[in-house]
Amino acid sequence: MLEVSGITQIFGGVTALDNVSFSIAKGDITGVIGPNGAGKTTLFNIITGIYSQTAGTVTLEGKNVSGFPPERLARLAMVRTFQNIELFGGMTVLENVMVGMHTRSSSGLLACALKMPWTISEERRIRDGAMKWLEFTGIVDLADHLAGSLPFGKGRLLEIARALAVEPRIVLMDEPAAGLNSQETLGLAQLIKRIRDLGITVVLVEHDMELVMDICDRIVVLNLGKKLAEGTPREIQDSPEVISAYLGDDD
Amino acid sequence: MKRNFLLFIGFSVLVMLAPQYFRGGYMMNVLVFVGINTMLAIALNLLLGYAGQISLGHAGFFGLGAYLSGIMTTTFSLNPWLAMPLAAIAVGCLAFMIGFPVLKLKGHYLAMATLGLGIIFFIIFNETYEWTGGPSGLSGIPYLELGGISFDTDVKNYYLIWAFTLAVMLFSLNLASSRVGRALRAVHDSEVAAQVLGVNARLLKVQIFALSAIISSLAGSLYAHTMTFISPTSFGFNFSIELLTMVVIGGLGSIYGSFLGAALLTLLPEILRGANDYDIIIYGGLLMVMVMYMPGGLVRGIPALFRKLTGRKGGADHA
Repeated sequence: MLEVSGITQIFGGVTALDNVSFSIAKGDITGVIGPNGAGKTTLFNIITGIYSQTAGTVTLEGKNVSGFPPERLARLAMVRTFQNIELFGGMTVLENVMVGMHTRSSSGLLACALKMPWTISEERRIRDGAMKWLEFTGIVDLADHLAGSLPFGKGRLLEIARALAVEPRIVLMDEPAAGLNSQETLGLAQLIKRIRDLGITVVLVEHDMELVMDICDRIVVLNLGKKLAEGTPREIQDSPEVISAYLGDDD
Repeated sequence: MKRNFLLFIGFSVLVMLAPQYFRGGYMMNVLVFVGINTMLAIALNLLLGYAGQISLGHAGFFGLGAYLSGIMTTTFSLNPWLAMPLAAIAVGCLAFMIGFPVLKLKGHYLAMATLGLGIIFFIIFNETYEWTGGPSGLSGIPYLELGGISFDTDVKNYYLIWAFTLAVMLFSLNLASSRVGRALRAVHDSEVAAQVLGVNARLLKVQIFALSAIISSLAGSLYAHTMTFISPTSFGFNFSIELLTMVVIGGLGSIYGSFLGAALLTLLPEILRGANDYDIIIYGGLLMVMVMYMPGGLVRGIPALFRKLTGRKGGADHA
């Protein structure tokens, strides 16, 4: 599904990522973990086209997508969420998700401004599609609220609903559980599993170990910009390297 | 959806009935300017209020439309109805080309670049006097004509200008509530999130910049053909700032707000004329109070004030 090979990123004189390679299987939930500064978010930003890497390639469904801008990756059915949720605060919850349908609709500027007949039916299709994803994430009752007024946990659900509206085949989530209480985290775990059950591949960067061990099929561990280990949650928990470099540091 | 349509119909009816109330006279001339300024404020609002991109040089596009129309119809004796779209297309193409490098900039840098753009246009209007007449202006621009009727009085011009203004309003209202309008507001709130969802933010910003310039050019052409005389002073930096003030006072991201802002800033100097030299003080003070106490602009501030006065509890304001 997704393959990164030899990714190196150098900021000034600092090597944030050093020759990182791994691949992600279709339909899996993969966790990318590691201590602060391990390069997880940098890696995400490279995969999703926010940064361009110093060296290495990103391959999506067999296609080399290195250096593709995010909007092009969205058309290839890859989407992401952000650690500090990036909502469109001045728009309603429903409108936020409707923006997610952007690549699934096509009316141009002039056609919209002249309200051509096909734009009206497309608008209805966008609205219905967006409502479907609000139902899926359980925030349909908030549809008319301003996104900027949502509590953080609901905002997180909205960001996921909005990403799903792109109808992605792969979703990358940057610390989806950050800032959530334990109740919300449980709900999130269920939601992520339901997303996987739709056939969508999920990759997440996460600090909440309980969540990662619970839902992930595979885990990639980064430390100081290098890949330290890769395997099932069990293998990772038993790996002495990981324990010393990562889990051991906490205690 | 239906409510918005009725609001527009109601507004159009009021516009069409206004001449009955004012019975010609000087006020009609002022209302012609309200129409032109409404178009310009909407044009800038699409860029600033919706897409979140500032321009301090929009008077330049307004002037470019006026001069292109003026020169084509005087020096080259072209029909004004042909000159207007030609000018608009030329300005649109120019804005599109300028837009790509300029809209890469953000915030203060974008403000400075567009400020420079406006100044360049202003200098061109002044210096290419063999074409524009320089500081002494360009005169003898023909009135528009339609079916043997020449639009040569304030009342006739009122209907002409407002037909265009209403068309621009409807066009912009449709755009704002559409897929493209949502993408614009998304870019405004979080450009990176919009891109991740598949919005080509860079292209969209340039497109809306060009559209904004085209509407400004159209307003400029109409201005030239109703005034029949133009000079650079109408298209300087001061006017760019006045347009910006209209948009902010009226309400960012609201088409009707642009009308309110344009109406207030066009009518205010007329109302304050009796105050002689003090008018500018009152004018400035009023603007300060407005920005301090109605940061959402007239379009949101007036309903809020009304709710406060009538003691009704206002819910979340989604206007």
